[in-house]
Amino acid sequence: MATEHQARGANAVELVRVSKSFGPVLAVHELELAIRRGEVLTLLGPSGCGKTTVLNMIAGFETPSSGEIRIDGKPVTAVPPHLRDTGMVFQSYALFPHMNVFENVAFGLEMRRLAKGEIAAEVGRALEMVKLAGLEGRRVRQLSGGQQQRVALARAIVIRPKVLLLDEPLSALDKNLRAEMQIELKELHGKTGLTTVFVTHDQGEALSLSDRIVVMDRGQIQQVSAPIELYRHPANSFVASFIGEINRLPPARCVLEGSSARFELGPSLRLEMHKARGLAAYHGRMVNLFVRPEHLTIADAHDPVQNRIKVRVLTHVYQGTHTLVRVDAGALGTLQLRVPGGEVIEQAPLGAEIEVALNLDSAIILAD
Amino acid sequence: MSPALAAKLRAGLFWSAVAAILVYMTIPALVVLMTSFSPSELLEFPPAGLSLRWYARALTYPDFRDAFANGLIVTGFASGVALAVGAAFAYLVDRYSFAGRGVLEAILSSPLIVPHFTTGFGFLLLGARLGLSRSYGIVIAAHVVLVLPFVVRSVYVSLRNIDPRLERAAANLGASPARVLARVTLPLLVPGMAAGWLVAAVLSLTEFTASLYVTAERTQTLPVAMYGYIREYSDPTIAAISALLIIATTLLMFAANQYLGLSRVLSIDGH
Repeated sequence: MATEHQARGANAVELVRVSKSFGPVLAVHELELAIRRGEVLTLLGPSGCGKTTVLNMIAGFETPSSGEIRIDGKPVTAVPPHLRDTGMVFQSYALFPHMNVFENVAFGLEMRRLAKGEIAAEVGRALEMVKLAGLEGRRVRQLSGGQQQRVALARAIVIRPKVLLLDEPLSALDKNLRAEMQIELKELHGKTGLTTVFVTHDQGEALSLSDRIVVMDRGQIQQVSAPIELYRHPANSFVASFIGEINRLPPARCVLEGSSARFELGPSLRLEMHKARGLAAYHGRMVNLFVRPEHLTIADAHDPVQNRIKVRVLTHVYQGTHTLVRVDAGALGTLQLRVPGGEVIEQAPLGAEIEVALNLDSAIILAD
Repeated sequence: MSPALAAKLRAGLFWSAVAAILVYMTIPALVVLMTSFSPSELLEFPPAGLSLRWYARALTYPDFRDAFANGLIVTGFASGVALAVGAAFAYLVDRYSFAGRGVLEAILSSPLIVPHFTTGFGFLLLGARLGLSRSYGIVIAAHVVLVLPFVVRSVYVSLRNIDPRLERAAANLGASPARVLARVTLPLLVPGMAAGWLVAAVLSLTEFTASLYVTAERTQTLPVAMYGYIREYSDPTIAAISALLIIATTLLMFAANQYLGLSRVLSIDGH
């Protein structure tokens, strides 16, 4: 296995300076990306960012305007879709309505001219994997959304594609089912080990399913990182605002003093940061500060903290495990806090004047 | 006026309007149907009694029998040719963009603009020039022109209703373009093709104006024979044969709607 691995290279798919324009619209711009064998890589971005175009180019449904795509090290840019050995799960599943479950899943194997017995065995195994054994004879119209999703998955994995392409496969499911399918997708990847490219605009899905996430905006890659890295160290303000909830503070001048830093947001508004590391380049420059809602706390009266800000409570959004509290922080704008539990609703009622501690140690500081 | 009464009035008004339209639409057929049961030698409405004698005559009259057989030959070929040509054309128009596509579409819908007698007259002159005026060929050719737009439209609508992702999915699973067509596109087009064929067949079977020009005595179709009959006789046989045609067509359309979902195929349900 190891030798085969080396022989085929570590990358299942490579995109080399790939661009795609539709008329005057540049959908993808000089994309450079290597998808590692066996990983789950997510293309994440708002609609129109080019993520689906990338997926369609890997599958061969779109031809790049320039650049090269390689699958298993071989250029496939000129190879038609049916010879590429990719397995795609479409957003709407695209199950063949005139075939039953078995025929749908068997389709790819039939195209590969496998023997009847072999097809039956493989289809059985695939349906077993997606927990649909016993439904072979059902018409696809008779299936629920979740079941259709599983058939689409089985149909794609049964051909053992070189890369599994998932185009927002969970977006058509209701919330509970979506959470369940996320877990199943993870388990399925564990069983098959297929290299997977997952396209979504849902950052929660991306964070929970991926080995690496590619954040895209306007046809360009903004950042490629593991989920935790992406959440903690976004490369620019687009990524910072797109991944998770975040408070963006007004631009501030960064002044370093020994091991601590001071951020001047206005003539009388300053924020302190004790452990200022790696900020040398920002000294004297304007920066953007981003603070996650969980890094804002309600200040205790006899608890001396560095950045105390007087705020007024605007709204509570109770979410069971925690409550999101929106506050008016004057010159800092509107801020959002994430407070565990629901007690805060009584402790800091609407309109109450409270103090918030703004811990900058886990803040994200970006120059752009 | 109480709201309940107003609602009742509105409903009453609505249903009387529906009934009025229904009566208006069906009255010519009803008059013919009733006359066909008349025992009298004359075409009279309303009939004075009830009799099936004109049905017996309609079914045994040799000219009608020959004309019906001619009609089956013409309709069989014309609707078959129209189906093949129309389906291929609809596919081309839907899938490929080419120079002159708009012109082609316009020519194809021209039978809706060009009157049937013009088409018939044109083929009559052409048939005479080519020495084909007594052949089935010229009748079939004229009918193909007349029914083709209906086949094209029906198949085209079904094509538009096929989710393009189904074809992509098939290609993605390893199906070559030819196999995508054979295994996915064509099977999904069957209802649309059947509906198009059926409409073509019914239109061809009952077409009169153009047929009057292009048929000879040996090739005349049923409507032409009926016209010939009514010029010579004025008994209710013609009403009986009309009634038979209406009943046959109704049954056919009803069956098609049941088994093919004709109404679904004939309109674009947006996607």
